[in-house]
Amino acid sequence: MNLLDSSSWSTMSQIVHTHRFENGLVLLAEPMDWLESAAFTISLPAGCSRDPAEKLGLGNFVCEMAQRGAGGRSSREFVDTLENLGVDRASGVSNIHASYAGAMPAANLDDALAIHADLLRRAELPAGQFDEALQVCLQEVRAAEDDPAQKVMQQLRLQHVGEPWGRSSQGTELTLAEIEMDDIRRQYDLTYRPGDTILSVAGNIDWPRVQVIVEHLLGDWEPLDAKPVTEDVTRKRYLHLPHDSSQTHVAVAYDSVPYGHREYYQARGAVGVLSDGMSSRLFTEIRERRGLCYTVYATMHSTRDRGAVLCYAGTSTDRAQQTLDVMLAELQRLAQGIEPGELDRLKARVKSSLIMQQESSRGRSASIAADWYYLERVQTLEELSRIIDELTCDTINEHLAQNAPREFTVVTLGEQELEVPIGVS
Amino acid sequence: MEFRETTLADGLEIVAECNDRAYATGLAFFVNTGARDESDELSGVSHFLEHMVFKGTSRRSADDVNRELDEIGSHSNAFTSEERTVYYATVLPEYQDRAVDLLSDIMRPSLREDDFSTEKQVIIEEIYKYDDSPPFGAHEKCMAAYFGPHPLGRNILGTIESVSSLTPKGMQTYFEHRYSPSNMTLVAAGRVDFDRLVEEVNRWCGQWQDFATERNVAPVESHTGFELVTKDKAVQQYVVQIARGPHSTDPARYAARLLATVLADDSGSRFYWDLVETGRAEYAAMGTHEFQGAGIFMTYLCCEPQLAADNLQRIHVLLAKAQSKGVTAAELLQAQNKICAQIVLASERSSHRLFSVGGAWTQQREYRTVKEGVDAYRAVTLNDLHAILEEYPLTDNTTVAVGPLEQFADYA
Repeated sequence: MNLLDSSSWSTMSQIVHTHRFENGLVLLAEPMDWLESAAFTISLPAGCSRDPAEKLGLGNFVCEMAQRGAGGRSSREFVDTLENLGVDRASGVSNIHASYAGAMPAANLDDALAIHADLLRRAELPAGQFDEALQVCLQEVRAAEDDPAQKVMQQLRLQHVGEPWGRSSQGTELTLAEIEMDDIRRQYDLTYRPGDTILSVAGNIDWPRVQVIVEHLLGDWEPLDAKPVTEDVTRKRYLHLPHDSSQTHVAVAYDSVPYGHREYYQARGAVGVLSDGMSSRLFTEIRERRGLCYTVYATMHSTRDRGAVLCYAGTSTDRAQQTLDVMLAELQRLAQGIEPGELDRLKARVKSSLIMQQESSRGRSASIAADWYYLERVQTLEELSRIIDELTCDTINEHLAQNAPREFTVVTLGEQELEVPIGVS
Repeated sequence: MEFRETTLADGLEIVAECNDRAYATGLAFFVNTGARDESDELSGVSHFLEHMVFKGTSRRSADDVNRELDEIGSHSNAFTSEERTVYYATVLPEYQDRAVDLLSDIMRPSLREDDFSTEKQVIIEEIYKYDDSPPFGAHEKCMAAYFGPHPLGRNILGTIESVSSLTPKGMQTYFEHRYSPSNMTLVAAGRVDFDRLVEEVNRWCGQWQDFATERNVAPVESHTGFELVTKDKAVQQYVVQIARGPHSTDPARYAARLLATVLADDSGSRFYWDLVETGRAEYAAMGTHEFQGAGIFMTYLCCEPQLAADNLQRIHVLLAKAQSKGVTAAELLQAQNKICAQIVLASERSSHRLFSVGGAWTQQREYRTVKEGVDAYRAVTLNDLHAILEEYPLTDNTTVAVGPLEQFADYA
């Protein structure tokens, strides 16, 4: 099967424009003139990896404060203006980035970008709302305590990926209590800068016009060098978190390669065989054949220079050991290789996803921004299809032979600790 | 963009919004059955059956079904609600025929006994999962309290006990009473070859046996009250509140949705400014839900336990104030701008449009273009919102609170 032969493929014509401003800001744009919408994604290098260890949650706190008014607008004016423009907003802080995104009727893109330029450069950071914003952050921390599936995966990332790339952006009640108004201002001043910031737009847009507008809004945004972060990976191979719950939540991680690595798509293909779709191995062996769980998956985790695979299953306490055992057995079986049928199904799913992204300006703006961060360029859909077409069982199996899933980090959360077989972890 | 419809000889309806510019083809069977169509003994059977539908037919094993859904690169799934069960797949247009074959085939499942036992375990895990997750059953308890003995108050998943005692025979009987072709609709959206679709659906489904189905549509006697359920292991307090609203064919439903957006959307609403932006609550939002013959406004609140009573009092004050003083034209306009933009954005994806077209056809027996959907919200006036506030007093509600609190201060 060849992706480029698809009849759907022949209807696509994709151009991605890029421009790097002198201050380091990168602008990416993908025109999609068949849509009525436009979308943008701003990825600032203001992720929680830049939080001081004793003030974890600072980046998230800044993100909350930055949306409480900008460019002379109050918090209410900021929100009301965007809502009247029909901007469907999202914001968040990962280990790497603070992100602000919006999708809207295309005619309102200019105004939405202007307001967000104010957020990036002229946030009010109103001291009078410090306590309220702190409460918002604390509510988030407490709510996460009630979500065992989220909690176990947060802990797995910390155990396996380490500091600071595996930490949770929410911080804790203790670290949030250490943050003062001056910290917010300082962190905003340090991290809301154009260097390594990516602004991507996609949808029904006019590239020359977007370029002029962004130049006007952000061209003279002053850069500031960022300090490198300190890394610390001290892994504990098995950690059990006691929790009063009906289910035990099982999380397993192992090393892989990062996005941008020459063998990334081999690794991604192997994870696809494990977890993508209803005929994937984890779904089939753990849920369909044995009825051990409702939710099971594996996913790739990537920083610029390291990759990992993170796996999850939630199951009742008395079947948790069996679930862990089957999961580990499946991960180890992967090293024996994948079958042609598995690869064909994977390719069909990837092809669908790539082509269907053409129906979403939001999806494309996020996707090209992510590409730029990892690769410093954007892979066109055609290029990506070629890569996927060239994947074979041999290339994936060769990768698996060299990078067999092993040295697992295991975290469980539930009523009983499990036995992690010797030699596995 | 063209709307097409037809009905096969056996009663199965086919409706499609055909869009030549779309990249994907969305297909779904909407089955007019759900928790409200169950009896006490069969509680949870609609949802369990939804799982069993993927477990194979006379032509395919369970593995075949899963494998083929992946072979055509489909994004597929299913869900069960109070009154409908929907099976859907979004595929590239070249796979339309294969997707129709697969979806049609699984609508006549084998319901094999060994698959039934294994899948029962999966359902039980699903029940445990929700038991461990917010809002810890508050939704189901509030629905049961509000609707009382009316079938809309039934729990969709069922309980561990009810699911454990279900039998393949009971499920087969339920299937034979609900999955009649005249009680189902095949809905398509995106790039659809309609003539081919009708031909293929007729090939696979044209010989299904039609039979009459019934639904209890007795009027709802809504209940008001307050219930506290103590759940030690929860950190936050979760509150669900239900008040009466317009039903699924009531033209007032547009005004009701706009009112809920003005008062309690998750951003830019009165609830947002008073409760969320201030950090008093993790979330506090209201939405509308419409059923055949009944409708509700449903509010969700999550906050620190010690703030729960105060927050509920604040919600009460906000609702009472809206009832006595109304809302403003600027608030209405903002809600219209927000909802209309969301409709346009969602319409760009065939996978989303599928549910809008299917929902409107199966609930209201009508097709609305995206523009007609937008116009319906634009036409709503301030008077319409005030009429809703008068007809549906939001302060008359049923409340269920779940969390660590053992006592709850009187809030109203």
